[in-house]
Parts: sequence; C-alpha cells; structure tokens
Amino acid sequence: MNLLHFFSAHRMEILQSTGEHLWLVVISMLLAIAAGIPLGIAVTRKPWLSKPILGSANVAETIPSLALFGFLLPVPWLGARADRLAIVALALYALLPIIRNTIAGIQGVDPNVRESARAMGMTDSQILFRVEMPLSLPVLLAGIRIATVWTVGIATIAAAVGAGGLGEFIFRGLAMVDNRVILAGAIPAAILALLADIILGLFERRLRHAR
Amino acid sequence: MDRAKAQPTIVFRSVSFQRGDHPILKNLSLEVREGETLVLLGRSGSGKTTALKLVNRLLEPNSGEVLVEGRATTDWDPIRLRRKIGYVIQEAGLFPHFTVERNVAVVPELEHWPANKVQERVAKSLHTVGLEPSQFAGRYPHELSGGQKQRIGVARALAADPPILLMDEPFGALDPVTRGEIQKEFLIIQRGLQKTILFVTHDLREALLFGTRIALLEAGELAGVYEPQTFLRTTDPLAAAYVATLGRSSVLQKRGVQ
Repeated sequence: MNLLHFFSAHRMEILQSTGEHLWLVVISMLLAIAAGIPLGIAVTRKPWLSKPILGSANVAETIPSLALFGFLLPVPWLGARADRLAIVALALYALLPIIRNTIAGIQGVDPNVRESARAMGMTDSQILFRVEMPLSLPVLLAGIRIATVWTVGIATIAAAVGAGGLGEFIFRGLAMVDNRVILAGAIPAAILALLADIILGLFERRLRHAR
Repeated sequence: MDRAKAQPTIVFRSVSFQRGDHPILKNLSLEVREGETLVLLGRSGSGKTTALKLVNRLLEPNSGEVLVEGRATTDWDPIRLRRKIGYVIQEAGLFPHFTVERNVAVVPELEHWPANKVQERVAKSLHTVGLEPSQFAGRYPHELSGGQKQRIGVARALAADPPILLMDEPFGALDPVTRGEIQKEFLIIQRGLQKTILFVTHDLREALLFGTRIALLEAGELAGVYEPQTFLRTTDPLAAAYVATLGRSSVLQKRGVQ
C-alpha cells in the first residue's frame, strides 16, 4: 500500500530513470556487439589472437564494476561525461560473453558443412557471411542475451559516477535508509532484465527452430 | 600415342603428403583419363580421401604435384578450380539453413548465373537425381531422409555442370537398401553424363559397379591399378583379400560381366 503510493507519486521520475537506464544499456550493448563480433571472428581466423583478446576481456570482467568506473574517471575524453564513461565501462563488461559466443558459434559449425562450402569454391568471406555467421546466430544471440541481462544489472552502479539510470534510486534509498526508494530503482531494473531475457530468448528460440 | 588428345584430366605426379611426421600418401603417381571413373579403393587410413582433397586443393602436396587439365593445382586459383569440380561427401554436407533449392543453386549463384538459368539448372539437377522439384525445392535438409540428402548432395555437385566430380564415399552412410537404390540410379546418371569422376570407397562392390579402373591404395601407397575384370582374377594377395570379402554376386551381372 505504502509502496504503491510512493510509486504512483514518483511515477514520472521512475519512468525517466527507466528511460535513462534503457538508453545506457542499449548504447553500451550496441557498442559491445559492434566490437565483440569482429573480435570473436578474428580469434577464429587467427588462433594466436585468442590469448590477447580473450585474456583482456577476461581481465576487464574481473575488475569490480565500481572500481572500473573509478579507474576510468581520470581518463581524459572518457571522464568528461558521466554517461560516456558509464557506457564504455558497461560495454567492456558485455564484451566477454559476446566474444566467447561468437567463437563458440563459429567453431560449432559442422566441419562437413564448412568443408563443402570450401569445396564449392566459396571465398573466405563468403564462407563467413553465408555459412558460418547464419549458422552461429543462435549461439551468438544467447551471448547477447546473457550480456544484456548482466548489463541491466551493472548499469545501476553507473549512478555512482552520476550517469543516472535506476541506480539513482538505489543509491539514494541506501543513503536515506528508505526501502521504498531502493525498490523504486530495483523493481524496474528487475523488470527490464526479465523483459530483455524473455524477448531475446524468443528471438533465439525462433532462430533455433528455423533449422 | 597422340599426346594432346590423350592428356589425362587429373594426374598425380610423385605426390607425397604428410601430416606432421606422419606420412599419409607416399609417392603416388596416377592418372585419371577424361570421361572415366577411377575408383580409389582402400581401407580407412589408406590416404584415399587425402588424395581426393589434393585434387580440388583443399590440401596441397608436400612434394610432387597434382595436375588438373594439365596445370598444377598450386598454379590454379583455388576458387576457380573448385567451382569446376563437383564434390560429394559422405554426410552430404548440405547447408542446414538453406532450402534444397538454394543448396543446389550454390555454385551457379556464386558464378552469378542469371536467376532464370539457375532455376532451370536446379530443376534439371533435381530431376537427374530423381527428385521432383515442386515437391522438394522448398524443403530444408532436416526434413529429408538420408537417401534424399545424399541425392541432393549429388544434385548440388552436378548443378554447375562441372567436367570433374570428386566423390568421397558418397553412399557410405546409407542403409544397404537405400544405398542399393541410389547406386543403381547413379550408375544411370554416370553413364549419361560422361564426366571425369574420382570416386573414393572402401567397398569393392561399389568399386566394381562404378569403376572404369580401380586404383588400390594401401597405407598411402598405390598397390596397383586394375580394370574391374582383372581385379577379380589377379593373384596379388592384397587385391585377392578384397575379392575374398565378396560373394561373387549380382554386382557382376549388373555390370554385364560374366
């Protein structure tokens, strides 16, 4: 009762923060996808790249998120705007599952199929775009789904550097020792994560069924 | 001998191939004449599949050379070379995300044939392997039986009308009844097409059925080249071991050999 009351009284603020949150997640995911897929492909083509690329993505993953935001703060161009910084940090986190699943997807293509593509006289890029990528799409999408759900959660910490989003409520609620304020951030964030999971999961299922 | 006319389509000239320290083919010399079906017969690990892959440059020899139409494979642009050589493998290797039609159309489309010509060829190739285009063109590989997949594999290899076909145990994964049916059909296709075929198998029956000549491979070395009739009469112990596995049966009658 109390909580509902609070929510409806602050619904505009909550909606605005949800919008900000979504924006942080979408932009950082687009960045991570744009970087992660080519990096993953590169590893499948040049195995020696596996250590440096997966290694650095792994390292980025192990840095606690709050610390990562802190580390990036003094970086010249990045630190100038809080949302810019938050987006880059979030994209770094999302990178690993996307790179991993790109690699797993391509390596999971039936060697017989790849060999016949080669034997038919497809060039390397034709093999990649006509055979390997379409066939690895469900696995790749699973990686994007995991990364998105993760990012929705981690993005709440972006409020610590002033990037906005639903984390604002959580931090404010913690400071005020007011559970209603915390929940005003936590519940929409949980809903966003669930929705992302469900929608991307549907896509994934559809792709798997297409074959 | 009239050299120009008698130039073989495929020549293995002292070809050796090894993987690491492990020799797969040792000093193989062999010719495949235009329009004939040369069967590479051998057990698993004899190097027969490797020999096949050297022809379309999926592999390159460590020493010696493989000539296709008089030119070493390493001098060919591999893409050009492969598009004029049809390739059929055991599990068919169909593209699971393509319909039957697109699978068969792969090489003509890579070659940028006009759409109506592609369609025409796809329909013709499907007819050739005994499948009705209107019924099969829109299906996906997972909706096909093993025998149908293998037929599509053959249709795909024939689609661009390549002068050379490489076949790697194309019917090996099928149940005996389906295999028998497809073999019979392929025999008719083979006689109608007059292509140069290099056919890999471990099955002497199949070798006798399709081979103009049979090259016997053992542990990476050529143990002999025989006509089907002489294969059965040879006293060579290795060849005789294959013959011993054979109940002298209907295969010979199918070929019209007494």
